[in-house]
Amino acid sequence: MSKELIRLQNCCMAFDDEQVLNNLNLYINDKEFLTLLGPSGCGKTTTLRIIGGFTTPTSGDVFFDGVRINAVPPYQRQINTVFQKYALFPHLNVFENIAFGLRMKKVPDPADPSGKRMVKLSEDEITRRVDEMLEIISLKGFENRKPDALSGGQQQRVAIARALVNRPKVLLLDEPLGALDLKLRKDMQMELKKIQQQVGITFVYVTHDQEEALTMSDTIVVMDKGSIQQIGTPEDIYNEPKNAFVADFIGESNIIDGIMCADSIVQMYGRKFQCVDSGFAPNEPVDVVIRPEDIDIVPVEQGQLAGTVTNVTFKGMQYDIIVDFRGFKWLIQTTDHSPVGAKIGVKIDPDGFHIMKKSAYSGKFGDYSSYSEEYDELSDTEEPEDDAAEGDSHEE
Amino acid sequence: MKNKWLSVPYIVWMAIFVVAPLILVLIYAFTSRSGGFTVENFTTMAQYVTVFGRSFFLALIATLVCILLGYPLAYYLAREGAGMRRMATMLIMLPMWMNFLLRTYSWMSILENTGLLNTLFQKIGLFALINSVFGTNIEYFHMINTQGAIVLGMVYNFLPFMVLPIYTVIDKIDYRVIEAAQDLGANTRQVFRKVIFPLSLPGVLSGITMVFVPAVSTFAIPRLLGGGMVTMLGDLIEAQFMGSAYNPYLGSAISLVMMVVVLICMAVMNRFGEGEEGAVVL
Repeated sequence: MSKELIRLQNCCMAFDDEQVLNNLNLYINDKEFLTLLGPSGCGKTTTLRIIGGFTTPTSGDVFFDGVRINAVPPYQRQINTVFQKYALFPHLNVFENIAFGLRMKKVPDPADPSGKRMVKLSEDEITRRVDEMLEIISLKGFENRKPDALSGGQQQRVAIARALVNRPKVLLLDEPLGALDLKLRKDMQMELKKIQQQVGITFVYVTHDQEEALTMSDTIVVMDKGSIQQIGTPEDIYNEPKNAFVADFIGESNIIDGIMCADSIVQMYGRKFQCVDSGFAPNEPVDVVIRPEDIDIVPVEQGQLAGTVTNVTFKGMQYDIIVDFRGFKWLIQTTDHSPVGAKIGVKIDPDGFHIMKKSAYSGKFGDYSSYSEEYDELSDTEEPEDDAAEGDSHEE
Repeated sequence: MKNKWLSVPYIVWMAIFVVAPLILVLIYAFTSRSGGFTVENFTTMAQYVTVFGRSFFLALIATLVCILLGYPLAYYLAREGAGMRRMATMLIMLPMWMNFLLRTYSWMSILENTGLLNTLFQKIGLFALINSVFGTNIEYFHMINTQGAIVLGMVYNFLPFMVLPIYTVIDKIDYRVIEAAQDLGANTRQVFRKVIFPLSLPGVLSGITMVFVPAVSTFAIPRLLGGGMVTMLGDLIEAQFMGSAYNPYLGSAISLVMMVVVLICMAVMNRFGEGEEGAVVL
């Protein structure tokens, strides 16, 4: 990847006595699409606000292009932000909203050879650049509308244009799609990714939506309780989660207690299974992650394990089946229907296992015994409201 | 609205005490002393042009002073913490709990030639100092019964009506909009000029309406602090109804013209705030 642009070094942040960020170390490369992903209150918005200059870390340093910028106010940073709920200027029309940053800008006077005299951008230049942006966000003809006469998706695009027109080195996006409906959100995900490649700058994106993060990012930073849990590409994060929290937060996971007997041999339920992981101490207790889509349902006699179906949900593309294996419930996603109460066998390929070292999160995730509640929780995270509350509390 | 009957008492009240008097004023304004129709009331009014001018001028000055004093205060309050706000709002409201006349009377005793202020200046030797420097022989500042005293009284009485609407509007501005402006390169001064001030204009407009309109027609303040030396519209109208010059027809005509002029002023003002919701108080 290209060179490093932003570095957060040993950043800590506390509001009153509450530790919000815990010794955060993060490097962001130039032209990268980096996503800060985590549940409400994990510190992702705070991290973004530190980069944007709206909060100063209690301790630690922020570097931009190698220069320490802790004390640089937001208006002097080459960084622009797309705010949660857009924060468009209600008294200005679309054109003036987008032109706002350009009107603040001073550039060296071209007529002055010493290059010291600073002048405002010419009206022609401003019009040209705003028009160019309107073209990109396909809102030509909306110049004179006030923000409240636009739909959510349109406001969203104006907010992006308003930031991008300044040609920042970095664009920060704070849950920009949170207020949009599902269909529009999917479209905007594609659009954002396209815009990022088009303008070729760094995007730092905050979201609690794991699917959004997987779709758009070059790099995902998974955060919880003010600490980084894992940094990696979407594939890394999904296929090689570092601990039970990451495995559970990104996609669905069955997480089972196991023992690593030797390299490539893991034992659970008293039986040995072939896997592909190695590098653990002999007989080290581990967490075993099995993704619901990596499990094949077979007749009992052919299976590695046998269990009873306790719940079946039709999800359109597949069935979500809850299977009881000696009191521990697994989620299996399959296209074949099995009736509730059926005895089934399961088969897992060696690369279907992912072995993780034990962590503070072990035993907290990955059991589908309380299946229905789990689903309520999932739909909770779709609500943008709880993160809006998070943003508010940071203002104090 | 299934409970619309609940509003009947108020509607009746309004009809009797607001609508009916307005109609009476309208009829009286076009009635002569003998009872016939006339426009003479409006032509005789020409002699009071200076009173009109003075009233609007003093009210304008008072309104401007209220903006200059009230805006910074309201801005500062809206940026303060909850404790300070409660305290300051309390201090602003406190005088309003006392009767308006009492407060104005107390200004009399402060501004009088032998009043509190002049006594204070005397005690600290201000007059002695001035007299020795300029070789004059003054014993007091002439403050009561001047136009300045009237403006002071208006500002004192109407300032809360300027501060509160501005404070409410600034307080409601989304802090994210301010952060967005900073983010886009606006320094503190530019944030104020480009974002906070334009967004607070509806509050200023409400404030102007709530100060200017009562200030134009005020009558107790010029009477008490102007000592009858400075006639304003309020006094003029009062004199037509209660006083020596008894002529309710002329009084009604003056009232009518005043109302129309005020309405025009407000309409022009609201034109400036076009599109800013919440600006229209009338």
